[in-house]
This record gives sequence, structure tokens and C-alpha cells, in this order.
Amino acid sequence: MTMTNDATGTAKKKLGLKERYALMTRGLDWETTYQPMEDVFPYATYEGIKVHDWDKWEDPFRLTMDAYWKYQAEKEQKLYAIMDAFAQNNGHLGLTDARYINALKLFLTGVTPLEYMAHRGFAHVGRQLPGVGARVACQMQSLDELRHAQTQIHSMSNYNKLYDGFHSWRHMHDRVWYLSVPKSFFDDAITAGPFEYMIAIGFSFEYVLTNLLFVPFISGAAYNGDMGAMAFGFSAQSDESRHMTLGLEAIKFMLEQDPDNLPIVQHWIDKWFWRGYRVLTLVAMMLDYMLPKKVMSWKEAWEVYAEQNGGALFADLARYGIRPPLGWQQACDDKDHLSHQAWATFYQYQAAAPFHTWVPSEEDMAWQADKYPDTFDKYYRPRFEQWAQMEAEGNRFNNGTLPLLCQVCQIPMLFTEPGDPTRICYRESEYKGETYHTCSDGCKNIFDHEQEKYIQAWLPVHQIYQGNCFGPDADPTSPDFNPLLEVIKWYGYNVGVDNRPYEGSEDQTNFRAWKQQTTSNAPAAG
Amino acid sequence: MQIDLRTVSIKPIRQTFTHVADRIGPDKAASRYQEGVLNVQADANFHYRPTWDPDHEIFDASRSKVQMADWYAFKDPRQYYYATYTIARARMQETTEADFEFVEKRGLADTFNAAATRKALDLLVPLRHVAWAANMNNSSICAYGYGTAITAPCMFHAMDQLGIAQYLTRVGLLLGDVSSLDDAKQAWLTEPQWQPLRRYVEDTLVLTDPVELYVAQNMALDGLLYPLVYEKFDAMLTAEAGPTVSMLLRFQSDWFAETSRWVDSTVKTAAAESAANAELLSGWAAAWRDRAVEALAPLMDMALGAEAPAALADAVSAFDTRAAKCGLAI
Repeated sequence: MTMTNDATGTAKKKLGLKERYALMTRGLDWETTYQPMEDVFPYATYEGIKVHDWDKWEDPFRLTMDAYWKYQAEKEQKLYAIMDAFAQNNGHLGLTDARYINALKLFLTGVTPLEYMAHRGFAHVGRQLPGVGARVACQMQSLDELRHAQTQIHSMSNYNKLYDGFHSWRHMHDRVWYLSVPKSFFDDAITAGPFEYMIAIGFSFEYVLTNLLFVPFISGAAYNGDMGAMAFGFSAQSDESRHMTLGLEAIKFMLEQDPDNLPIVQHWIDKWFWRGYRVLTLVAMMLDYMLPKKVMSWKEAWEVYAEQNGGALFADLARYGIRPPLGWQQACDDKDHLSHQAWATFYQYQAAAPFHTWVPSEEDMAWQADKYPDTFDKYYRPRFEQWAQMEAEGNRFNNGTLPLLCQVCQIPMLFTEPGDPTRICYRESEYKGETYHTCSDGCKNIFDHEQEKYIQAWLPVHQIYQGNCFGPDADPTSPDFNPLLEVIKWYGYNVGVDNRPYEGSEDQTNFRAWKQQTTSNAPAAG
Repeated sequence: MQIDLRTVSIKPIRQTFTHVADRIGPDKAASRYQEGVLNVQADANFHYRPTWDPDHEIFDASRSKVQMADWYAFKDPRQYYYATYTIARARMQETTEADFEFVEKRGLADTFNAAATRKALDLLVPLRHVAWAANMNNSSICAYGYGTAITAPCMFHAMDQLGIAQYLTRVGLLLGDVSSLDDAKQAWLTEPQWQPLRRYVEDTLVLTDPVELYVAQNMALDGLLYPLVYEKFDAMLTAEAGPTVSMLLRFQSDWFAETSRWVDSTVKTAAAESAANAELLSGWAAAWRDRAVEALAPLMDMALGAEAPAALADAVSAFDTRAAKCGLAI
């Protein structure tokens, strides 16, 4: 017998945390012999990433399952108590304004399904990466992402009972034109190999861009009195810090394993920075236009979370030979334009969006002018003023023409040429005798690198023209066939309710009436 | 006396999301399990084929030979979504932690009979590798299975198996030391009595049909392994040397009782769908059962000695009864 307990019963040999964690994870693995390792991990090499020694993987966090259950259960108990209290007390009536709720509609239809995809994606990568430390960390993230999807669904379930546009989030995400932007983003990541997935989601999204997604939404919730959404956001942030360290470890590990990995990883960083940045267009618009009580402008958020934080990150990665992503400069230059161009698009296509839009008020335009002194008054105010006037004349501007979509990011061609905000930017590529359109040099580069992938894209506008977006009872031969109306129905909208301007909407009317009940003794309206 | 605390009473304009209402009816409030699980997985208009599996869509029911008209026919009798799952496991781990602490504080592992300690180390510690493979397999079913109703609980199951591997590691460290883990791994890799089980496990690691993998791992292997180890062996050890080790295995036996309800419900639902499913599942269950018996036999000889054949026969008969209740003919 080599070791014995002392009288108080403390452990024989005190194991360090790192050593103990290694025994709890890495020690579990073995080299298979009845089945070849390349069959057990069939997707480990086809991307060209060379790994010589998985033992060099530094565990980004050391959490055994017992501790995980304990901490996470405590967080869940608190979170659901807040959600219940918020619903019980009609917390929604404490919101600044019902326009805010449209930001949540965007979140539930656009972001929550991605949380779910991240859950499945990390289950896949958590099965396929040959390193045990990496697998365990990915599996834990898979479980966390399921948490995020479900807590978001549960939190917004309360809104769905009272407000429009939430009811068919699942159906919409697989069909609606602008939701193909976030959907194709994640489909792209999960269909890539496991290493690229780690750079796409673990690094580019979770590390470089996550603050630009979450901080605006959570602060937006806080500023606008939404305790429910704020609670799930804050609670999720404690998981995000684990996810960020995983993403950073993944990229460092790949770069340290073999110099041949550098160009592959650099291309993925270029690609996924741009893919993620394009998705953030929706966040930019939310921050600047959809929050009644504004937190900060998109430009300010970009400067803090991208230019400062991201700049420091890429300075740190320079020692591996990594340079900032292609497109970085353009993204920085675009910060003065992005949100204005996006909101204008949704305003025009109100009939096709399941949330409400509006012309910014005079007060909001003054805020925009203050935040965007170089661009708002010059390029964007005149358009909004024109639309405000048309509305006043009972002639709201609705665009009935379907837009051309970018083959890669799937956003309508709404972005302007670098350096010239008066000209729409178009790029083209030829492939196998067909012409493919992209919205930017960033998206064109991505297309040209993987044509076989992007020609598969399920482009909503193409699909409409091909007749694939009508319900079974639609009859295109009927004389009064209205194709756009049929598409909207197929999208699952409550037509004329979800997809109408905010002014006069059910949300606006109900919110006002319910709020009145809290402050007066008049009988309930309606 | 009842005090009305609400100043406003608002009638909801709808009870739940459309895809939930389509299943439970529009006038019913949905449970959190229902809203968190039903139809949550994307099921249409995927943009690209996986570069790692171009023959399938991202989520593709045809990865399994089992066919379901509706993959949300599966119901978890525990109604687990993330919160209820973690809260249930947090309670179990609290008990387990108290058990470990009790044994550690009183130095019970050191006073445990040496021969029984040896037996426990020899059988239990290599099983951490089996649990680890079960973790990978359930992660795989979560990734490649179809529909949140079956894939989400598989991720819970995967993490449970990681937890079990970690508890077994702690048993090894408590009854022995770090070298006990090394010895156990060596036995797992080279000792003849472990090889049939290791072969079984490695063969499951390359299965590509998620439902077959579910049967091979969660139903057949665990359905025989857990009763043999955590009932038969546990009882024998307790009879020989007292309940110390049994205390350290409580998580596994509670867990098996709880999760079996879910496994049975899953298999039963799939089998009830069609005669073709029932036939497939019966074939898989019988084939993997026979292989599992073969794989476990030498280990039971080692652990249970003369009682091994009877224990195996009992386990098989209990398994067959279970399978029959699930609607399988084996």
C-alpha cells in the first residue's frame, strides 16, 4: 500500500485542479483498435487541418459535470423565478413603448433558431473532434446552447400570448426572405467541417462578434423595461464567457499545431468575419431604429466592441501570422450607413415583414443626426421625411417589387459602394455558365472560393419566382391571383395584422388600452 | 380571504405558438416542455448539404432506417427541458456528493475489505471508458437524429454518461489512487476479459443509423450492464463487505431507474408506429442483446464467480420482458 489516509480522512495525495480535471476527462479516452481511429473520427482530416498532438490542447475551463449541474440549476431557478414574476405582474406594461416588442420579434424569429442550431452543431463537433478536451468543452457548449434556445422561447412565450408576430417563429425561420440571412449563416457553418465550424462559431461569432449581438439586445431590454428578456440575456452571458474561451483556445490550438494551418485558418477568419458582420446588419437596425429608449448607436457599439476589442484581439493573434480579416476596414467605414440602409429596406417591405415598422419621429431623427453627423442629414433624413409626408397624405410608400438577393449573405442588394453612399454595390461571378450576384467584395470572395456550396443556396426571391412559396390552396391560374399575398400567407403571417405599420396596429392599440387600465378606473376598452 | 393582487386582467390573444397549438389544440395553454421541444428543430429549406455527408440534408430523417410519420411522437415521460433536467441532476449530485463525503470523512474506503476493494476496482474503474463511449454515442444521436423530442434528451443522456464516467473515476481515486486509473485503462486495452466489451463499444462508435445506435447503446448494452453491475454486483459486494461502495454507486442506480422510463417510452413509440419499425427494432435489440451478453459474460465471471451464469440469465430475462413491453418480438 503506497498511500494512506491521515486521521482526519483527507485525500491520500492532494491532486491539483488541473491534474484532477485531466483524470476526469482526458484519461477517459483511448486509441481504438477494433475499429480504426479514422472510422471513429471520419471527419477529422478532410479540411486539411494538421494536428500532431491533442494533448497540447489547453482546457479553456475545468468544469466537471457535478459542478456544471449545480451552478446551472441555480441559475435556472433564479431565471425562471424572474420570468414568472414578470408574467404574473404584467411586466410588459412597464415597457417604454410597444414598439420595443418588435426587437423581440426579430430576436425570436432570427436569433433563437440559431441558438438551437448551435446546440446541434456543437453536438456534432463534440462527437467528431478527435481530442477529448475539445470534445467535452464542445458538448458542454451544446447543452448551454439548448439552454439559450429554450430560455428564450420560454421568456418570449409570454409576449406571444399578448402581441402579434411571435406565433410562428419556427415556420417563419425556414421560409421568410430576410430570415434566410441568419438561417443560411448557420447552415453554412454546420455544413462546413468541424474545424471550420470552430472558427466560424466558436471563434468568429462567439469571440469576435457576440458582444455586438448580445450587449445591444440585453441593454436594449434593460433600457426599455423588459426585465424578462434582460434576465435571460444576463444569465446567458455567464455561459458566453466559457464559450469565448473555447473559441480562443480552438484558434490558438490550430495555429500552434502546424504552420500549414495558418492559411486555412486565415481564410476562415476572413470568411466568417464577413458572414457574421452581414448578419449583424439586423442588430444595427434594431439598435438605431427599433428601441424607443436608445442605448447607444450602432456606430458607437462598433467602435467599442469591434474596433477596440477586436483590434486588440488581432494584435494579439499577429504573433501567429494572423492579420485582421479582409473586409475589416470596409465594415469600419460602413458603420455610418449600415442601420439607415437596413431600416429603409424593411420600411419599404413592411408588407413582407412580420413586425411593425415606422418612420422615425422628429426626435429620433435628431438623435440620428447627432450620432451620425457625417451621414444622416445628408443621405438618409431626406428619404425619411419624404416617406413621412407620403404617409401624411395617405400614400405610404410600399415597394411591391421583389429585390435581388446576394447569393452568399442573402441580404437584398441594399448596400452601397465603398466610398459612395449614392450607388448600390453589385458584384458578379460566372460559374458553369450561370451568373451569380453578390452584394460586396466580401461576399464575392466567399462565393468564388466555394462555388459548389453557394450555388445550392435556397434564395427566397428565386424560390418565389419558381413558384415554390405558395400554399397548397393557392391557384396561380385564377384571375385575381395575388402572388405576394399568397407568399405572405405561406410565410405563416396573420395577414394584415403582423405585417402592417406600427401606427394603428393591434400591438399599439392593445398596449395603450391595457396600460390605461393600470392608471385609470375606466372599464377595459374593446 | 382572497386578495386580488393584479390591477389589470388581460385576456391573452393566443395560448401558445402555432406549431404547438397545431399539436395540442389552440385553446390549451402549453407546458414549458411542449414549447421548448415541439418542432424546435429546423425542418425545411436547408441551404447547403453537409460537406461531411453530402448524401443527406443537415437534419435528415433518412439517416435512420426507422421511419416515423412524426418524429415528435416521442414523448419524454420526465418532460425534461434544460431547466428541469439540470435541476433534477443538481439534486442527485447533491446526494452523491454527500455520500462521497460521508465515505471520505469516515475513512470508510480504507476500512473496506481488501479483497472486495480489489474486486470493485477491477470491475468498476474500467467502466469509466464504457461510460465515455456512451457519452460519444449519445452526442452522436443528438447530432444526427431527427427532431428535438429525441435529440435533446440524448444530449442530456450524453452529459449524464460523462458525469457517470467522472463518478467512476472518483470511485477509483477513493478506493485506490491515480495508478488504479492507469491499471484499469491497461486492463481495458489488453486484459482478455475486457476485450469483447471493448469490441462491442468500438463497434457502436462507427454506427451511422442513430436509432440503431440508440438501441445498441441505451437499450441493449446499458439495459444489461446496469442491472448486472449496479444491482447484482453491488448486492454481492454489500453482502461481502458492507455498503460503502454501494453508497458510491447510488447515482448510477437511481439514474438507470429514471432513464429506463425514457428509453422504454422511446422504443415503444417507434415500434408502435409500424410493423416495419417493430421488426427492425426487434432485430437490432436481439442482435445487440446477444452481443452484449457475450461481451459481459467474462466480466461477470470475474466479478460474480459462480453466480455469474444465473445473474446473466436473470438480466437477459428481465431485458426480454422489458423489450416485450416495448412491443418488440425478440
